[in-house]
Amino acid sequence: MNEYYVALIPGLPLASFVLLGIFGRKYLKEFSGTIGTLALLVSCVLSLIVAKSYFFDSEKINGAYQSIVLMNHTWLSFTPTISIKIGAMIDHISVMMLVVVTFVSLMVHIFSLEYMKGEERFATYYAFLGLFTFSMLGLVLSSNIFQIYMFWELVGVSSFLLIGYYYEKPSAVAASKKAFIVTRFADLGFLIGILILSFHAETLDFKLLIAKLTDLNSPEYLSITTGSFLGISALTWGLCLIFMGGAGKSAMFPLHIWLPDAMEGPTPVSALIHAATMVVAGVFLVARLFPLFSNTEAALHLVGYVGIVSSMFAAIIACTQTDIKRVLAFSTMSQIGYMMFSLSMAKYGGENGLGYLASMFHLFTHAFFKSLMFLGAGVIIHFVHNNDMSAMGGLRKYLPVTNITFLIGCLAISGIPPFAGFFSKEEILTACSHENKTMYWLALITSGVTAFYMFRLYFSIFWNKEAHVHGDHHHHEAGWAMKLPLILLAICSIGAGLVPFGQFVTSDGLVLPTHVDLGFSALPVTLAVIGIAIAWMLYKNENSKSSAIAAGLGGVYTAIYKKFYIDELYIFVTKKIVFNLIGRPAAWIDTNIINGTVNLTASVTASVSETIKGIQSGRLQQYLLYFFGGVATLALIFIYLIK
Amino acid sequence: MSNNFNTYYMSQTPLIQILFLSVGLFFIGMYGLLTRRNVITMLMSIELILNSVNINFVAFNKYLYPQKLEGLFFTLFIITIAAAEAAVAIAIIINLYRSYQSIDVDDADELKW
Repeated sequence: MNEYYVALIPGLPLASFVLLGIFGRKYLKEFSGTIGTLALLVSCVLSLIVAKSYFFDSEKINGAYQSIVLMNHTWLSFTPTISIKIGAMIDHISVMMLVVVTFVSLMVHIFSLEYMKGEERFATYYAFLGLFTFSMLGLVLSSNIFQIYMFWELVGVSSFLLIGYYYEKPSAVAASKKAFIVTRFADLGFLIGILILSFHAETLDFKLLIAKLTDLNSPEYLSITTGSFLGISALTWGLCLIFMGGAGKSAMFPLHIWLPDAMEGPTPVSALIHAATMVVAGVFLVARLFPLFSNTEAALHLVGYVGIVSSMFAAIIACTQTDIKRVLAFSTMSQIGYMMFSLSMAKYGGENGLGYLASMFHLFTHAFFKSLMFLGAGVIIHFVHNNDMSAMGGLRKYLPVTNITFLIGCLAISGIPPFAGFFSKEEILTACSHENKTMYWLALITSGVTAFYMFRLYFSIFWNKEAHVHGDHHHHEAGWAMKLPLILLAICSIGAGLVPFGQFVTSDGLVLPTHVDLGFSALPVTLAVIGIAIAWMLYKNENSKSSAIAAGLGGVYTAIYKKFYIDELYIFVTKKIVFNLIGRPAAWIDTNIINGTVNLTASVTASVSETIKGIQSGRLQQYLLYFFGGVATLALIFIYLIK
Repeated sequence: MSNNFNTYYMSQTPLIQILFLSVGLFFIGMYGLLTRRNVITMLMSIELILNSVNINFVAFNKYLYPQKLEGLFFTLFIITIAAAEAAVAIAIIINLYRSYQSIDVDDADELKW
């Protein structure tokens, strides 16, 4: 089966990248979109085949799904035990991610056929999409921790290229630089964490690493937990640093600053990267190393607190933003916060793994409805040529399909049954309520706020006032290429919740049955309905109630609108502290001391050379003098010193 | 010491005086080589040096090894080679004159930094 399929799944997007990158601009031009889409279509079909074969036909040991390592080729060997291998590991979460990534990427490829039509760099866009898809698929298939780091960086590069796609806009260039620098800074922590863990465990491979460090009697476990730095054991340090890398990529507080700015990229890119796939890489990483996290209380608590804080923080800010893509960006940050703290509510094995299951389930459903909403936003922006809510309103007459699908997406994210979000959120809240009541109440309040701001967005775009619509062009909604992904993703947003996830993806591979508890779900659903009702009152019809509330809150409202001044804080720290205290002295040392030393060496050499070049004066009699002098010296040496 | 050709009544000059002569000629030749401006005069000084060496050889041969003749043979070689070398040197000087229009050795100083 499987090695060839699994090799082809990331291989086809890579081939599309190489082909379109080299030949696309000059020769293939408009055909590049079709090539990219076809490659992804085959990849998606292969992922579904692999998924079917893994979940239904593969061997289970004691009823648990096994992780299968398909290929493992040694690339770079540091010591006999630590070597970087290139391999593919199939287990339940990687197969799920394969399906999600290829499907969403396929939808984005199809959507971009029409959205990016007429762009001069059309082929380059598809090449970058292929590169990104390849990197993400490589990330989920990685069998060792260094390989995942390599693909992690590749994903960061693809994100940089795609955010900065409109490179003539200075804001896009600044945004891509910010995204890359913030995630790269987070990856510093990731690398240090990798080094700590692999040094003590003497291996880079995931299976071996987890096996050695979860066995409480193994010498590696003892070496990593005895001895501590600042009172925290090496294992906790390693896992917290690795989580720092994950938090950067997943835009968790306080490394979230790049995500709203990343909306400068084309909207299909935001749908693919910043909604469904790249930003969940951090969650995926924690899930991969979950057995280690589950044994280390401190790291798990860190994951949980960061998750819940990010979730609430983003939800509050999203209530005030007017750019529709920014609202969706903060909504993504909030939902990823849900996934993170859900992971922290779980432990490895059996019933305790409910939080893990819930987190992966939410990742699965979120990918569909969030990318649906981003693509819908793409249709809206394509129609109105403006990102801001103030330019929109009453669009339900002009964009009927988008209206329905966006509504489905909003209902799904608010957790209204029977849409997908209801099932996954219910599992998260169930896991929370078993573990930590405070978190449960915070999560509940956040989900109410989520319903509010999502419907604020929906009503402001499709209802409210009548927008001034351009008279001449774009009187039609969109072609089939933009409507088909919306419809397919809307179907998935409804159907994905009905998948019996507990049969497939759980923390230890065994089946964990999940059930819907109506009494328990009544509370979250009621809160969501209340949120929707408030949004209805404030935004459905044109009125000034919302601006009155905003004026009433005064300074608090301004602070929230400015995203709690976190960006200003970062700029202050960077410009006033880092640049002045570290940057300028370093630059001074470089220009004066290091350059000076090199220049000094050169000038000393030059002046010595000037001095001794006079020996070769070209005058014959001087040479004869040296000759006779030399002979005399030799004569003295031979006669008197060497007898 | 006396030999077949010299009778005992001809007192010989001491060897060291001939050596003084030879050394003196050598250094006069070296002085001339290093300080003259005219190239032809430098050639004459070289001849002087070579001749001083010849005197040295003959003296040592006559005084220390009267029965052997190797010194004299070497001297004949040196004379021959000196003549040949003078011919080659004159040819070089003629070529030099064609480039610089002068036989002042200080004018030919282009092979330098």
